[in-house]
Amino acid sequence: MNDRSPWTDPSWIRGMTQRRMSRRDLIRNAAVGAGAIGISSILAACGVSGEAQTTGPTAGEEGSAQWWADMKAQGPGDHINFTNWPAYIDRDFSVDGPGSRPSLYAFTQSTGIDVTYRADINSNEDFYAAIRPALESGQDTGHDIIVMSNFQELSEMIALGYLIELDPELHPNFDQYAGKNFVDPVFDPGNKYTMAWQSGITGIGYNTNYVDGPITSLDDLLDPKYAGHMAMFNNSPDAGCSAMIHLGIAPETSTPDDWQKAAEYLQKFNDSGGLRGWMDQSYLTAIENEDLWITMAWSGDILNDKLYFPEYATFEFTIPDAGAVIFIDNGCIPNKAANPVGAEMLMDWYYDPKYAAMLTEWNAYFTPVPDGGEIVQADAAAAKGANKEVLQTIASSPYVFPTTEFAQKLHNYRVLEGDEVQTWNDIFNPIFLT
Amino acid sequence: MSAIATEPRQVELPAPVARGPRRRWTRFLLPTYVIAFILYLSFPILVIIAFSFNQTRGGFGTSPRVKTTWIGFTTDWYGRLFDLPDLTAAIRHSLTVGVLSALAATALGTLLGLALARYRFRGRAGADFVIFLSISAPEIVLGAALASFFVALGVSRGASTLFLSHTLFSIAFVAVTVRARAAGLDRSLEAAAMDLGANPVTAFFKVTLPLLFPGILAGFLLAFALSMDDFVISQFTQGPFTMFPTWVFGATRVGIPPHVFVFATIIFLTGATLAMVQALVSRHRT
Amino acid sequence: MERHLQPDLPDVEVPERRKKRARAPYGLAAPALVWLFVLFVIPMIAMVSLSLQTGNSLEGFRQTFRFANYTDALSQNGDIILRSLRNAAIVTGVALLLAYPVAYWIAFYGGKFKNVFLFLLLLPFFISFVIRTVAWSFILSDNGIIFGTLKTLGVLPDSYRVLGTTFAVIAGITYNLLPFTILPLYVSLEQIDRRLVEAAKDLYASKRKAFTNVVLPLSMPGIFAAVLLTSIPAIGDYVNASVLGGPGTTMIGNVIQSEFLRDRNYPEATALAIVLMGIMLVGAIIYARLLGTERITEA
Repeated sequence: MNDRSPWTDPSWIRGMTQRRMSRRDLIRNAAVGAGAIGISSILAACGVSGEAQTTGPTAGEEGSAQWWADMKAQGPGDHINFTNWPAYIDRDFSVDGPGSRPSLYAFTQSTGIDVTYRADINSNEDFYAAIRPALESGQDTGHDIIVMSNFQELSEMIALGYLIELDPELHPNFDQYAGKNFVDPVFDPGNKYTMAWQSGITGIGYNTNYVDGPITSLDDLLDPKYAGHMAMFNNSPDAGCSAMIHLGIAPETSTPDDWQKAAEYLQKFNDSGGLRGWMDQSYLTAIENEDLWITMAWSGDILNDKLYFPEYATFEFTIPDAGAVIFIDNGCIPNKAANPVGAEMLMDWYYDPKYAAMLTEWNAYFTPVPDGGEIVQADAAAAKGANKEVLQTIASSPYVFPTTEFAQKLHNYRVLEGDEVQTWNDIFNPIFLT
Repeated sequence: MSAIATEPRQVELPAPVARGPRRRWTRFLLPTYVIAFILYLSFPILVIIAFSFNQTRGGFGTSPRVKTTWIGFTTDWYGRLFDLPDLTAAIRHSLTVGVLSALAATALGTLLGLALARYRFRGRAGADFVIFLSISAPEIVLGAALASFFVALGVSRGASTLFLSHTLFSIAFVAVTVRARAAGLDRSLEAAAMDLGANPVTAFFKVTLPLLFPGILAGFLLAFALSMDDFVISQFTQGPFTMFPTWVFGATRVGIPPHVFVFATIIFLTGATLAMVQALVSRHRT
Repeated sequence: MERHLQPDLPDVEVPERRKKRARAPYGLAAPALVWLFVLFVIPMIAMVSLSLQTGNSLEGFRQTFRFANYTDALSQNGDIILRSLRNAAIVTGVALLLAYPVAYWIAFYGGKFKNVFLFLLLLPFFISFVIRTVAWSFILSDNGIIFGTLKTLGVLPDSYRVLGTTFAVIAGITYNLLPFTILPLYVSLEQIDRRLVEAAKDLYASKRKAFTNVVLPLSMPGIFAAVLLTSIPAIGDYVNASVLGGPGTTMIGNVIQSEFLRDRNYPEATALAIVLMGIMLVGAIIYARLLGTERITEA
């Protein structure tokens, strides 16, 4: 190596810029290239067809009255695949096996149908992305019942015809007992495809071991004391609408300008350097592991941990003074489900007030069955012993049984139509992908 | 003999380098570093093996998660290996696609490697370039390209697209392995066989192929390992046909199921044993 | 030095046989080359084609030759691309520094235990890399075996954390790619003729001088291969960023994966993938020329 700088060394420059390809090579490769371009122009002419479907099932197709009649004639089958979110069904840890989910076990004993329950859904986006290939190609997704929040994914599944229309005759309990807030929802008029499972509030959960209250606003999460141990939800409805409520805007009637303001507010979390992550359901494990001290949370998750697990007794759930947004998680049946009759029977089972009460007494979420709520209140009043405190906390919690006054603070998501979806996504998605 | 006695010319030798520091480097510091390095590389495996014996809280439901702190010793999880039907299915999928794609890749790659090692033919430079690209292209580019292709054609993704994709990225590796082996082979053995009356095809099967076999086997194992380990391309081309690494990735978002650690331990011990056996056997052979 | 071609042995072949033999390589190579062409070259072209289309997944995509897709993608993700390049550079540098002494020691001083050492080094990589990465997130968790213990001992403050930082992502990528760094270095170091080092010492070179003037330059092909094999996967990695990272650590691979598989924004995702591929090719070619190798495929 000599001491001349490479930039002035002519041999180096020559070496760097020397042509490595002879003319013959060029011609040879050009022939290959031309062939490739020929093929590519054919490909280029093809686009990718869209998937939107606007009509319901025709006679004989899945979901039509004829089809349901045939399915019911065959009987409800002997197995159901029920896939749900974690911490959403009642548990009895003193028992092993199917008996550890009492309400589900009661169903099996009553109908003889086995249920494989999987708490595998951690995010609407990811779950939808996972089952979409099967739905697109018209195959069985492997799930009979799935539970989707009232977000874009559910709307898209309905728009694309990926869900089986429910048989109106198979849900008597729903017809009799469903609360009026959950009948004929805006995202599924007439309950053609869904029956609400539970509903909850997106608020703030924190661990009092590390966090001293009172927590009154999303701004509290930005406190440098909690840097590195604070998280927000990575779905745009929860994060975006919560941000709008924080700014004093009602999400239901918000405009794209409002969304822009909300996005700027959310960007503060990115810039703060203290955000542990934009999380989905995995926030719950993180706060249980004490990786998170304070985070956006779903009401029942925190309440359930706090009341039923001694090691999480220091958890607290609250909502900002400005208010919070409500989500509704809905049971629905994806196309080509193996046991649609059994699936709808199971969904309807939980509209029996007795079992609705069992659910809420465990997972501390809003029940879509008002009579079930009354049973919870009665149980709380009559309870004795260890159970008493837990049930009474649930029965008197505004996050499970909101008073009319409290309900003033609760908002619904912004319903997006047509081009608004794209605008909304363009504004919010970049925030989660920094 | 000259009567003149000449004084030996004095040469200035450089001062001898002290032996101390040199010895210290190669005798102590470097070896310690190497041992520490090996421990660092092995640390996750040791943790996995250890924590596959950890108890979990919350019972044996279908969503147990390994706690990051040690609770207690239990071998229960080894008995409950197949508790999660999704996991068992994913492992089955991975093994099936792994074996099939490795077989296909080995067949195609062996032929290609042989051709590259022995013959000069038109398009050879292009073949070299495509092989280089397919080995060195970032997996995400490859995955996105394959998925784009299937999307553009309207082919739904599933087991067959997985098989095609896995075979694809393994071919180049097998070809390179076999080419290296074939280049080192002595052609005169084949010629000798043909002198003794064999036609080229028989000579190929009776002489070349057996000689090539260690390279072909190495290629097959490499292709199988690549397929089992693959995550990115599988995620893009599997559709609903979940493979083991993609299942693990999805399931561990909220914590690690103990079954993952158990399976990892089993796979590791199997692979390690096989490798050691293979090493001992080949040492005996030579 | 590789012997690409065997000398053709003299024989008295019949002309037909000679013609058949001339066609042999095409027959051998054709199946694999066809597979590579159909499933590698054409998909690349399909990707280019998709990157110029417009639309959305509900209504479909049409070919519009919209080159603005590239500028849009670059302007939106420019900082993430730079971050990925920076991370890859750090990973490669760190991996080289960590791996070189190991490869050197095993090659020169391993003696009859060389293979044992190599085996021990590569053994942990028998498990799938997803599991390895997930294991690191387990090990590095805030109150896990390392930090939990340190915090109980009072060595670290309660608020200390590693997961979710760039450090964790880089450490994860480096760990996963170390075999790709060690092996090429080892192979090339192992091939160095010891007598050259001896000769240098005979010429009064100190150990250090012998290393820097003889061993290091002769191991350049190994370093070249190691750099390529480490930096290219590092740029496109997204698993480590996903499992070990947090906000502010997203790499370009995450964006491509999320745009393609979740948002199904095919034009943007494919445009980014092509940009990534282009960066990699240009970088590799420049690097190869810097080192003076004739053909990049030789490595």
